[in-house]
Amino acid sequence: MGFVLPTHLKTDLSSRLVGTGSARAFSYRFQRKNHQAFLSFPKLVVSSASFSQKCFATVAPVVAEVEEKETFDSETAGLLVKELRKSFNSGRTKSYEWRMLQLSNIARMLDEKEKDIIEALYKDLSKPELEAFISEISTAKSSCKEALEGLKQWMVPQKVKTSISTYPSSAEIVSEPLGVVLVISTWNFPFLLSIDPIIGAISAGNAVVLKPSEIAPATSSLLVQLVEEYLDSSAVKVVEGAIPETTALLEQRWDKILYTGSAKVGRIVMAAAAKHLTPVILELGGKSPAVVDSDVDLQVAVRRIIAGKWACNNGQACIGVDYIITTKDFAPKLIEALKNELEQFFGKDPMNSRDISRIVSSTQFARLVKLLEEDKVSDKIVLGGQTDENQLKIAPTILLDIPEDTQIMNEEIFGPLLPIVTVEKIEGSFDVINSRPKPLAVYVFTNNEQLKKSFVENISSGGMLINDTVLHVAVAGLPFGGVGESGMGSYHGKFSFDGFSHKKSVLYRSFSGDSTLRYPPYTPEKQKLLKAVISGNIFRIIMALMGW
Amino acid sequence: MTEIVEETLCELRQTFKSGKTKSVAWRKTQLNALRQLVKDNEEKVFEALYQDLGKHPIESYRDEVGVVVKTINHTLSNLDKWVAPTKGKLPLLFFPTRGEVLPEPLGVVLIFASWNFPISLALDPVIGAIAAGNAVVLKPSDQAPACSSLIAKTIPQYMDPKAVRIIEGGPQICEKLLQHKWDKIFFTGSPQVGRVVMTAAAKHLTPVTLELGGKCPVILDSLSNPSDLKVAIKRIVSGKWGPCSGQACIGIDYMLVEEKLAPTVIELLKKTMKSFYTESPKDANCMARIVNKHHFQRVQNLLKDPLVEASIVHGGSLDEENLFIEPIILLDPPLDAAIMNEEIFGPLLPVITLKNIQESIEFINERPKPLTIYAFTKDENFKKKILSETSSGSVTFNDVLIQFLCDDLPFGGVGSSGFGRYHGKFSFDTFSHEKAVLRAGFFPELEARYPPWNNFKMTFIKLAYDLDYFGLFLLLVGLKRF
Repeated sequence: MGFVLPTHLKTDLSSRLVGTGSARAFSYRFQRKNHQAFLSFPKLVVSSASFSQKCFATVAPVVAEVEEKETFDSETAGLLVKELRKSFNSGRTKSYEWRMLQLSNIARMLDEKEKDIIEALYKDLSKPELEAFISEISTAKSSCKEALEGLKQWMVPQKVKTSISTYPSSAEIVSEPLGVVLVISTWNFPFLLSIDPIIGAISAGNAVVLKPSEIAPATSSLLVQLVEEYLDSSAVKVVEGAIPETTALLEQRWDKILYTGSAKVGRIVMAAAAKHLTPVILELGGKSPAVVDSDVDLQVAVRRIIAGKWACNNGQACIGVDYIITTKDFAPKLIEALKNELEQFFGKDPMNSRDISRIVSSTQFARLVKLLEEDKVSDKIVLGGQTDENQLKIAPTILLDIPEDTQIMNEEIFGPLLPIVTVEKIEGSFDVINSRPKPLAVYVFTNNEQLKKSFVENISSGGMLINDTVLHVAVAGLPFGGVGESGMGSYHGKFSFDGFSHKKSVLYRSFSGDSTLRYPPYTPEKQKLLKAVISGNIFRIIMALMGW
Repeated sequence: MTEIVEETLCELRQTFKSGKTKSVAWRKTQLNALRQLVKDNEEKVFEALYQDLGKHPIESYRDEVGVVVKTINHTLSNLDKWVAPTKGKLPLLFFPTRGEVLPEPLGVVLIFASWNFPISLALDPVIGAIAAGNAVVLKPSDQAPACSSLIAKTIPQYMDPKAVRIIEGGPQICEKLLQHKWDKIFFTGSPQVGRVVMTAAAKHLTPVTLELGGKCPVILDSLSNPSDLKVAIKRIVSGKWGPCSGQACIGIDYMLVEEKLAPTVIELLKKTMKSFYTESPKDANCMARIVNKHHFQRVQNLLKDPLVEASIVHGGSLDEENLFIEPIILLDPPLDAAIMNEEIFGPLLPVITLKNIQESIEFINERPKPLTIYAFTKDENFKKKILSETSSGSVTFNDVLIQFLCDDLPFGGVGSSGFGRYHGKFSFDTFSHEKAVLRAGFFPELEARYPPWNNFKMTFIKLAYDLDYFGLFLLLVGLKRF
């Protein structure tokens, strides 16, 4: 065929990431990290070795080989996958009991290690304790609880109807684990976005490798420790690291990859997965707008927007509000209300509030400052704008009517800057949203039923919330995932289980009821009867059988 | 060529944007039109299939026309149900907020069909894409040229040309198509090309469904009742040589049987074949031919290995001029030969003997995951073992191929046999995005959600997440410490 496969992934990955301007920070981290990986990796291996030796004596030499390695390269990654495949092939992870044990261990871990998790999140992001509890720990808890309660039911094969063309038969859909899966998580909710997919992967009966984000190092190393302490380390592993480690992992054959992060790296992950025909779930982001109509309960709307922007990891969230769309007339009122409520929430001096997270790293800080300092942007600030490089803090900042051709209006902000876009009439927001890639979420504040309806019908996005923000992630009955540039595949609750399962069709037939119809030699009578049977028309079947 | 692709895409985007394809009435009209197309052109379809593959009209109806008609009927009678949003369960705490999952079309989708079932594998996914409300570009396989041009000629006469387009061509046009951004790519074909499609899709973050193949085994247990064995053999013969002369992704690739049973099985196979295809299958007109010279040579090459050639126990002739290969049975060809390592996709059946039929599980697990496993057995424990210890797209007990006809079973592979699934409602889902929609009111308002944070709020939220309503009540009336 005339197709050309892309160039080698390794160069692709590093060159693209270098291109983002964060090269310095990455390489610095990598050097430091490499050292850490050197220290921590043997530790990880030793524990799995002791467990494995109990189960499979043959694994030991493989492990010894792993231990000699200083860096985590493709070869080491290959050995790791091989070991996990062995665990998976033993069939242990498939049993209901194993899955339940792991899940209840996670539940216990969440209870026992709450303080450690909160501490790590504080170190990485200065995340306020209550915010850490709401958005990370308790969400993980309810996810785990739901899996514990639902698993038995989820695992039951689903009976389905069979048609007359296959009569007599019975059919069912069996959920089976995919095998060895890879979860690559991110730094903004470094705990939840690591543990939630693991809950899904385990409840579906897979062996799993987690690669936490090196940009949240405290949480990353806590995860290594917790997984080792609480979970079956021959089937669940954590590999710490940055680009080289991720590249080495992506070269392996996985049975599923769940990646949370940017669209740019999402493309690289999917291209790497293509080599091994591995299905992927990509949880990406995008510019999620909040549309505010003028007929709303303004105070409530504004508080919910603040909850979905600054009280949600200080805007560093994939489902956070990225920008607001409102009418020209209503904008001043809205800004006034935002100012008042912000003061209520974070006090007169938000830079010193303990109720708001900081910016994760100096790279991200620099990126945000650059967005703010762009020519046509800096004079549009109507609130905030203060920055403190030493503390990595940026005050809640509101900007009004920024030109469309600026960077801030064309990339995901992922920080405490909130542009307000004004339109003549609220219906104008359709064009604003539809002219951009499909966002992960759209928030609409209105009491106008007609408007609600046309939003639901005409705007495509991962999720849509009427009159609130962010809340839909906490609802296990709803799938969480993007569409278009905001990703593909979904998870949460039973959707996680489904995402990490293969739905196997099973059809049972007996030897009786064998019709010669299907077999050659073919005759015109057979053709007539066959048409009737396939169309499922009983009357025509009888006619055909009677020789009509 | 580039211009055709760009113009088409541009026009389809415009159509999709207009919202026309989203209307359920439009979808139904299109599906009805497609059914009419198939009805009006049935003879022409048979003719084209005969031209491309030498398929007998009955086989063509069973595997192609009939499948399309059945799918359209099933879709039309269920569409209203499918497009309706499903409710998402919400904890009481969120009352009166309502959650629902709303299926919405993805946009403009691209479908690559393959040549072995050039009508059904082209139109079946189109039905799903239209049912879900998308605009569609279909690229039929250039290796079945008569069917491709029939589709290209008739579709615009029946369906909305502003939303459903056919683009014909070979690898070059594929490459052009893949350079553009689609909202979904549905591909039926080989793993090699599947990789290329997915790699190209990654550039635009386009989700893909890959319907690939693999070596589908049939396990034949010893059946004590001779009439059962006869039925099993009939079905196996029809599952190997029936669908397009073995050129089918769900066709039987090889057979696993116990050593002691092998001679009986081979005798029965020969006998059944004779009754189906007569002494001279080439003249019986009940078997399809090999699609083209390239594939003929590929199949021929599988037999070139002297050790493989020596394992032939029932050999038909190979007629290169008419591209016809008579059924061939091989007994225990070497396992490292090409015939046991690539999908055969032709009328050759290797019979592999095992000491004990239970070993078939290990045998299958040593190879990439197949699209289907067929097993003829009455041993319930063995059935259970096959189900839980092997992995495949689907499993069919005591029959062949008919899982394809069951609308309520998802059809699709796992591992190297592909991913994603379709048929019935699954086709609709494959071409839909499940949008989560949550509707809240402005009242009531939970203060505890907002900063400034304090201990009362922490206690409240912990109780709320535990769904401890009694505790919440105590807290709110001041009877609980925080």
